[in-house]
Amino acid sequence: MKRFLPTTMLTFLLLLSASLAFASPATIKIGALFSVTGPPSFLGEPERNSAKMVVDEINAKGGVKGKKLELIVYDTQGDATKAVQAANRLIKEDKVVAIIGPSTTGESMAVIPVVEKEGIPLISCAAGSKITDPVKKWVFKTAQNDGLAVAKIYEYLNKKKLAKVAILTVSDGFGSSGREQLKAHAEKFGIQVVVDETYGPKDTDMTSQLTKIRGSQAQAIICWGTNPGPAVVAKNVKQLGIKLPLFMSHGVSSKKFIELAGDASDGIMLPSGKVIVSDVLPAGDKQKKSLLAFVKDYQNHYKAEGDHFGGHAWDAVMLLKGAVERGADTPAAIRDQLEKTTNFAGIGGIFSYSAADHAGLGKDAFVLVEIRNKDWTLVK
Amino acid sequence: MLSAYREIVKFLLLVAIVLLLPLLIQEGYLLNVMVFVGIHSILALALNLLLGYAGQISLGHAGFFGLGAYISGILTATYSINPWAAMLAAATLVTLLAFIVGFPILKLKGHYLAMATLGLGIIIYIIFNEAVDHTGGPSGLSGIPNLSLGGFSFDSDLRNYYLIWTFTLVAIGLSLNLVNSRIGRALRAIHDSEVAARVMGVNARLLKVQIFALSAGLSAVAGSLYAHTMTFVAPASFGFNFSVELVTMVIIGGLASIYGSLLGAALLTVLPEMLRAFQDYDIIVYGLLLIVITMFMPGGLVKGLPGVLTALRRKAAKEESGDA
Repeated sequence: MKRFLPTTMLTFLLLLSASLAFASPATIKIGALFSVTGPPSFLGEPERNSAKMVVDEINAKGGVKGKKLELIVYDTQGDATKAVQAANRLIKEDKVVAIIGPSTTGESMAVIPVVEKEGIPLISCAAGSKITDPVKKWVFKTAQNDGLAVAKIYEYLNKKKLAKVAILTVSDGFGSSGREQLKAHAEKFGIQVVVDETYGPKDTDMTSQLTKIRGSQAQAIICWGTNPGPAVVAKNVKQLGIKLPLFMSHGVSSKKFIELAGDASDGIMLPSGKVIVSDVLPAGDKQKKSLLAFVKDYQNHYKAEGDHFGGHAWDAVMLLKGAVERGADTPAAIRDQLEKTTNFAGIGGIFSYSAADHAGLGKDAFVLVEIRNKDWTLVK
Repeated sequence: MLSAYREIVKFLLLVAIVLLLPLLIQEGYLLNVMVFVGIHSILALALNLLLGYAGQISLGHAGFFGLGAYISGILTATYSINPWAAMLAAATLVTLLAFIVGFPILKLKGHYLAMATLGLGIIIYIIFNEAVDHTGGPSGLSGIPNLSLGGFSFDSDLRNYYLIWTFTLVAIGLSLNLVNSRIGRALRAIHDSEVAARVMGVNARLLKVQIFALSAGLSAVAGSLYAHTMTFVAPASFGFNFSVELVTMVIIGGLASIYGSLLGAALLTVLPEMLRAFQDYDIIVYGLLLIVITMFMPGGLVKGLPGVLTALRRKAAKEESGDA
């Protein structure tokens, strides 16, 4: 008894002290859920950086309609449980009007029931197409659907009259979604998946899968993963002397991949958001202005190359800004205004949301690039 | 006799606190945190029975927790089975599985047992990731229904709070009963010396496997509750890190202490939320706090906190007398 009473009292006191919240009325509160640490930190970190950067810039210019934006970022560590807890905190304690993120498809799917129930708009930065398919009332996304990237590769294969492909995908969220899309779209393009192999996110050698592919009738290899796996695949392909064209996914469209793969990166083609080729885009491209501004700002702020992951968060903040500019300040009004967004030229592409489409991007969101002499070139 | 009476008063006091807490913290975010404190308490309790009382470590309990969540999730979301039936199925299957693998695994001791359970946890985790057709793979399984009784659905934070804490209180009651029984004494005997326990006529091998199975089954129930309150499960929540977090809860709270499990679970669930104020440095502060607690309260919070309080009281009394 003696021991029990004080300990329980203390625990609950601790709990209560956590409930103290701060309020400042003249700001518009935006919540953000990014996996800044944990395995998906390669997504969460640039996303947080970009979101902070653009919010600071908007505030420096006097905010939106005279109100400053306030960004509250919580780290979810790539864990669905933590994402849900943080989402609850953003909605019920911080009283945000909208949420940006989470970074991964799994976390986004976990948070969706919460925002749908509470009626808070969510702009996910994850790529999985099931986030907005079927359409959910409160959920939007900025990352390009994997299906669009797949279509870009298949169109090119059609043009080159290559019909048999081998796919090699990583067994994580990104890879399994890619694998699903690669198989789902194949028939439509008259393409046959003759080898379907996977590898683990931490594997350091893929020669056994590639040997199997070498012995098959495949005319091209498509690898779907994020760093560092695909660099290993690129090197193994060179070591085994496989001459088939090698395609990667937009998961590796950053300079980091070229660094990791070194000379083996030469000749690899991949669909990518336009951000990495912003300087070589034709002058008439509608996104060019946004892209160049984003890349330059990111370089100035963080001394690093801005990538398309950061772009997803940049887009999300700008889409929200647009909705608020059009007069929305409650969660419900922001949702309605978001849905009316048309022809917003962002980093990920040109967004046009509608009641039937909360992903908002078309095929032109991707370009096919080839790596030559350790740099990106546009494939016409 | 007196100690039994004390136990009952303690337990009733806890029941009262659980019942009244929502009046204090109202509907909202903290209530949601308390739901997770409840789930984590069941898990810490389950692991404490094994680790604290029987002295057998498991680094694979997140796996059993996940199995419970996934079995419940798949049965309800994919096959539309009644959630209560799914929960029962999950608990039964996981208990059975733990009972079967328990025989070979619990022959091992110390570090080897830690390695074997760690391996078991990792295998389960890989299955969640790779069996994409059933589990939805790394991006998770959604569409799991809430639990409901008649027409009453447990779909708000307050309702879930009472649901989860009913389970937590039942689990605490059963555990108290267990550890204060002949079996509880036998478990502690195994903890101190397995050979001595066997000499005294305790079937150590069977008892270890039984407590392992019970612990796994209880974790599976927590998993089912998790699945039905979150309405979504993804493998990342059931990885090796979470197994380690569970062991930390038990040790920080206090080994071989039922209420210690509760404290450990509460601290490790609430602390990260409070530390969010430190922004990017929260993980460092969190780690430091854990180090300080284990250094200065080696017996866990349940033994350490009263000590700190009496020391403070003494100091206050001394200063008072010094002033006079």
